[in-house]
Amino acid sequence: MILRNLFFLLALSLTLAGCGKKPGFIAEGNPEKLSDWGMFRAAGGKLAPQDGVVPYDLNTPLFSDYAAKLRTVWMPAGKSAVYKDNDAFDFPVGTVITKTFYYPMKDKMHVLPYDAAPAQDGVAGLDLASIRLIETRVLVRRESGWQAFPYVWNEAQTEAVLARTGATLQLTLGNTDFTYGVPNVNQCASCHTPDFSSKAFAPIGLKARHINKPFLYAEGSENQIEHLVKIGYLTGAPAAAEAPRAADWRDASAPLEARARSYLDINCGHCHSAKGLARTTGLHLDVTVEEPRRLGLCKPPTAAGPGTGGHSFDIVPGQPDQSIMPFRLAGTAPGIRMPEVGRSLSHEEGTALIRDWISAMKGQCDLANSQ
Amino acid sequence: MALAAVALCGLSACDGKPKTDKEKQAALLTKLLDAKPGDVIAIPAGTYHLDTSLSLNVDGVTLKGEGMDKTILSFKGQVNGAEGLLVHAKNFTVQDLAIEDSKGDALKIIDGENIAVRRVRSEWTNGPANSNGAYGIYPVQTKNLLIEDSVAIGASDAGIYVGQSDNIVVRRNRAERNVAGIEIENSAHADVYDNLATHNTGGILIFNMPNLPVPGYASRVFHNRVEQNNTSNFATKGSAVSYVPAGSGVVINSNRQVEVFDNDIADNGTDNLSVSSYYSTGFMNKNGVSEAYDPYPEAIYIYGNRFKGGGDSPDGLDFKTLKISMFGLSGRLPDILWDGYVNPDHLVNGKLDAARAICIDNGEAETINIDGPHHYKNPSVGRAEYVCSLPKLPAIVLTGPLAE
Repeated sequence: MILRNLFFLLALSLTLAGCGKKPGFIAEGNPEKLSDWGMFRAAGGKLAPQDGVVPYDLNTPLFSDYAAKLRTVWMPAGKSAVYKDNDAFDFPVGTVITKTFYYPMKDKMHVLPYDAAPAQDGVAGLDLASIRLIETRVLVRRESGWQAFPYVWNEAQTEAVLARTGATLQLTLGNTDFTYGVPNVNQCASCHTPDFSSKAFAPIGLKARHINKPFLYAEGSENQIEHLVKIGYLTGAPAAAEAPRAADWRDASAPLEARARSYLDINCGHCHSAKGLARTTGLHLDVTVEEPRRLGLCKPPTAAGPGTGGHSFDIVPGQPDQSIMPFRLAGTAPGIRMPEVGRSLSHEEGTALIRDWISAMKGQCDLANSQ
Repeated sequence: MALAAVALCGLSACDGKPKTDKEKQAALLTKLLDAKPGDVIAIPAGTYHLDTSLSLNVDGVTLKGEGMDKTILSFKGQVNGAEGLLVHAKNFTVQDLAIEDSKGDALKIIDGENIAVRRVRSEWTNGPANSNGAYGIYPVQTKNLLIEDSVAIGASDAGIYVGQSDNIVVRRNRAERNVAGIEIENSAHADVYDNLATHNTGGILIFNMPNLPVPGYASRVFHNRVEQNNTSNFATKGSAVSYVPAGSGVVINSNRQVEVFDNDIADNGTDNLSVSSYYSTGFMNKNGVSEAYDPYPEAIYIYGNRFKGGGDSPDGLDFKTLKISMFGLSGRLPDILWDGYVNPDHLVNGKLDAARAICIDNGEAETINIDGPHHYKNPSVGRAEYVCSLPKLPAIVLTGPLAE
């Protein structure tokens, strides 16, 4: 018994709370614990990025069952990424990107949506007493390419353990019970391989248009692209004003079209593109797409099955109730919902945005029943 | 009653869903994640209750059970993932197992070459239902593909669905109680033979959909049994197959170079064989269909099939009215139905040019042109005017590891 306790103490001392491990690149293998990467420190009841681990935020994020997210990027000393206008930046070997999913907490049993509490920016650290940590996904650039590692947090919030085969967690958000799915490594690939045939992983969020926005760093507010340049993490970038910028989907002052396209881009465009996993559908939703038919306008579904919801076209202009797209965004059944992975709740506010976008469209789908 | 409930709870999680075999699931997922090319992953006999989809991204792997009625992957309790098994790999073989009750498609194989599916059963065990997943066995954008000796039951779209693929053999399979039994869509060079398609809404479909990267052509459908495909259409409206009338045997839509011969086609209540254009699906519209898309069926060659019965209880008001007005209450529609749409640019003296003709040389079997372009105003029955011939298509030769 004493031995076991000793072992337990030893184990505890190696967790995040106990050790001040420095951030580091692990070139091989499947590190069993999140703390192996040394990206975070836990002190004073807070989980904070280590020095050199830079938090960032996106103009419009992927919806993940109303979870809040802390995103970080770290590179080995002297290394930097090369700016690209449209694709993810070209990151050096050794880069470690993390995304920690958490919920503001009402009590141990009930989590709350991301906007139920003031945003925690990751500079001061996440206040562990008021949140429930769920998972941290690590994307690391190794010699052979990017690799993904999902880690699931323990109940004590002292360590996250590798879960390459994913996990399902029963959570209650407000009054809604739901199953939170931690994706397995292959499911990570379904979004993170922009050129699906190549099987090469890539980051999604770290693109100019997504991070081109101000962020409140310890030393004050600064545009994220300019900050990454300043600290030596990014080279070749233009002034932020010259770089592409995606709309904030919640910004009521931005054009509806820009907000909707930004939402579709980050939530759907990595699969629904000319080279992505969903290319077989003929529906392409990344931000570069201009042809209305490719975006779903009057486009008959290809292989939707029950996912049509009884509707004949992906989008019928002016008619969200007759359009497949909002039906699948609102759907929660595994064979119906879109995106297919990464959520089991529907995003009401996001679906409302797409419905508004469709409502504002002019025209109709002219059926040609005869020649 | 209480005792019964206790007994049932012993087998399941008491919420109606089977208890997930978490350890077996994790072990199987790990094997799939860590597979190396050349691996054979054996799945012992037994029923595996899984709550998440399985996926494989490694080339050169064989996934092998102990029999389609012995190794059963059951997704009744699935909460995660849109397929039962999703494969993105080339040189892949799956055999001797069953995939049951997945929430979306049962087996989806995307973007691979040299794919073999042998003795695999995909089934929704509750029988035909609108809530069943769309596709049973579903390779898409594959090259050099073999599906044989497999069984597909209960898909709410197509039991065996080959999409956007090239060099295909589908043989000795049984497809029953699906909306579409076997569907070859936007695919080139397919041989579909020795299959049994029965009790589906439509038996064997050769389709082309718009907006996809490749159009389909050059398929042969021969020596199949296509019988009693009279199950009410239980697809969700909006999908292409939701427009297929119950009682359809072989259906050719908007495809080119299709040869249908030596089949036994019997007792399909609407029509034993139909040839139609995309205009008849109800989706054709000016904005949503790419200009490159060709909605007309052309170069269709039908000969030497054995028709029996059928056409006596057509689905849908239009066909019912047509049957009664032309053939009477106890009559039947002819074996072959054509919707009558032709590409006006391809007419020579009012008929499709010889290379693009719809050639029907099938003994006494008659063809009805339902005059779709004029909303069935002037339907006509004929035989002699359809007799012509087209060059026969070569047999499909599987290559590489599938060469025979």
